[in-house]
Amino acid sequence: MTKVSRRSILKGGAAFAAGTTLGAPMIWAQNIKDVTLRQFGTGVSNLNDVANKVKEDLGFTLEMTALDSDSVTQRAATQPNSFDIADIEYWICKKVWPTGNLQAMDTSRITNYDKIVGIFRNGKLTPESTIAQGTAPHTVGFVEGPEGNSFVDNESGWMTLIPTIYNADTLGIRPDLINRPISNWSELLNPEFKGKASILDISSIGIMDMAMVVESMGEYTYPDKGNMTREEIDLTMAIFTEAKQNGQFRAFWKSFDESVNLMASGEVVIQSMWSPAITAVKSKGVPCVYQPLEEGYRSWGGGIGLSAALSGLERDAAYEYINWYLDGWVGGYLMRQGYYSAVPETSKNFMSENEWGYWFEGKAATDTITSPTGDALAQAGEVRDGGSFQDRMGAVACWNAVMDENQYMVRKWNEFIAA
Amino acid sequence: MALPIMAVLMFFLVLPILMIVAVSFWQATEFSIIPAFDLENYEFLFGSGVTYRVFFNTFKYAFVTWAFTLGIGFTVAYFLAFHVRSLTWQIVLFLLCTIPFWTSNIIRMISWIPFLGRNGIANSTLLSWGVIDEPLDWLLFSDFAVILAFVHLYTLFMVVPIFNTMMRIDKSLIEAARDAGASGAQILWNVIIPLTKPGIMIGTIFVVTLVMGDFITVRFMSGSQSANVGRLISNDIALLAYPSASATAVVLLLTVLLVIGIMLRFVDIRKEL
Repeated sequence: MTKVSRRSILKGGAAFAAGTTLGAPMIWAQNIKDVTLRQFGTGVSNLNDVANKVKEDLGFTLEMTALDSDSVTQRAATQPNSFDIADIEYWICKKVWPTGNLQAMDTSRITNYDKIVGIFRNGKLTPESTIAQGTAPHTVGFVEGPEGNSFVDNESGWMTLIPTIYNADTLGIRPDLINRPISNWSELLNPEFKGKASILDISSIGIMDMAMVVESMGEYTYPDKGNMTREEIDLTMAIFTEAKQNGQFRAFWKSFDESVNLMASGEVVIQSMWSPAITAVKSKGVPCVYQPLEEGYRSWGGGIGLSAALSGLERDAAYEYINWYLDGWVGGYLMRQGYYSAVPETSKNFMSENEWGYWFEGKAATDTITSPTGDALAQAGEVRDGGSFQDRMGAVACWNAVMDENQYMVRKWNEFIAA
Repeated sequence: MALPIMAVLMFFLVLPILMIVAVSFWQATEFSIIPAFDLENYEFLFGSGVTYRVFFNTFKYAFVTWAFTLGIGFTVAYFLAFHVRSLTWQIVLFLLCTIPFWTSNIIRMISWIPFLGRNGIANSTLLSWGVIDEPLDWLLFSDFAVILAFVHLYTLFMVVPIFNTMMRIDKSLIEAARDAGASGAQILWNVIIPLTKPGIMIGTIFVVTLVMGDFITVRFMSGSQSANVGRLISNDIALLAYPSASATAVVLLLTVLLVIGIMLRFVDIRKEL
């Protein structure tokens, strides 16, 4: 009941605000404290520290729910009334957008829109960059208008997701147990590491890592790794099934913790891995390198989208939240974990010169680098694996993707696990 | 008297199963589930070689686990029932058997992982004794590890019903057999085992249903490298393919019922109840 009455007050307020632009901020300030926005997403960026800071800086309440990526997809697609803000990955967006559960955002209301990295606007990091394969964020980043249902290939002014966090993934290795340089994805299936390799058991991402390996082995060059044909899926799976039956893999992992334990215990010396998992292994005092490879990175990106049901004051609060998100505090927080923020230049204001140099510019640390929670991650003189932002994001070979033949691929993946 | 129980069973057992059966005929796209009457889920299930391999694997786990839990469970129960003379000690030792069950199932299972690992306690001990020259890889993330965990988790389910039936055996029958000149082995084979059959059967039902319905033990102990039916279902659920998961669940349910039905043909467990 209280919600209804608040909304009706609010409608009056909105009408008034429309008449006199000067009055708007005042009404807003009085009501905004009552607003509660419900956000859900993966654990990566659904951090309680962010919710606390929102309360402090903006005054309203942000409720965070962290789920695994399957559940995130499921909820975005099937329970539109259970959230106000969806924090999802771009490839999930490609599938969820057609359900009509999300609404496009007016980029003219995004203060730092012009400063958002090119990858999310026209697909190019620098004007000379080539666009990587897979579901590149800009291809699902814009629709034709507020009610738009199909993606457009230009900056239409209506954005599906505001990018929040992204990174370039590669293989993690144990340099102390390998003792030689690793520079290609094909090393994952090198018989030298028989029984000591691992790949992640999440089909949509695992298939991309497989494709990187297959290309690197010279077995096949995909026209588009992010959208394989049935024949290409069969071919990829056949190569990996053979390797599995020959005992190449020690285990497959599904959760972050499993990947950390496999690596830290020495069960596995080379495997697909996520950046914070490397950090977790290192913080146990075990050497671990996020190895840059010649063929490039497999990249992913996430962003926040607004529920189609969001309107009025809640929507204003959501825009406020997005502007705050891009204003730098969150970006700095995420970048100190090894991710990248959509507007790096604002994040810089919230990082020390040493941190900015280490995480973004690829310079040697001048002092100990610590995580936001205070663990030492690198000592003075160390350099980030893979180097600078330009070096890493400039070498993306493909983006996480969802294929047209996704269901076929999933079935083949099940066969691979059972083989 | 029976009405409240019937109501509870209807609501919490029969109704959900009927729902699962109904959903198994529905259709699913990646992000939506469409009520329908369609045999496609079953057609795919029976048409795929993976299904048969996975069911075979599930039976393999169930059978091997059953054989080991029966062997160990019977021995433990026999020792408790016939070798430990005082009731106090029987109770004390029996409670001792249950101590591991004071912690969670999953913790007991996961604790095997560091023990069996390449640099785990088992391998380093064997290395230091000079039994092996290099770590044994098959200790962990293998069928061996899966079966070991199953046996560890479920042996008690065999011990309890067998011990229970053994305690009910009239000791004078054993004395009579001995007076009639039967050897120890003959008493075991001709007197104790026939009289313990209902307990063995109850234990068997526990172990077989638990192993056939499991997915998490297989996932962790095989390092996701082996599959059983439970994992097929859990994969489907993760990908929102509820209808296909339901169809697999229905087939699994029927298979387990069939197995239990066959077992009950051999032994009448009503005597026990």
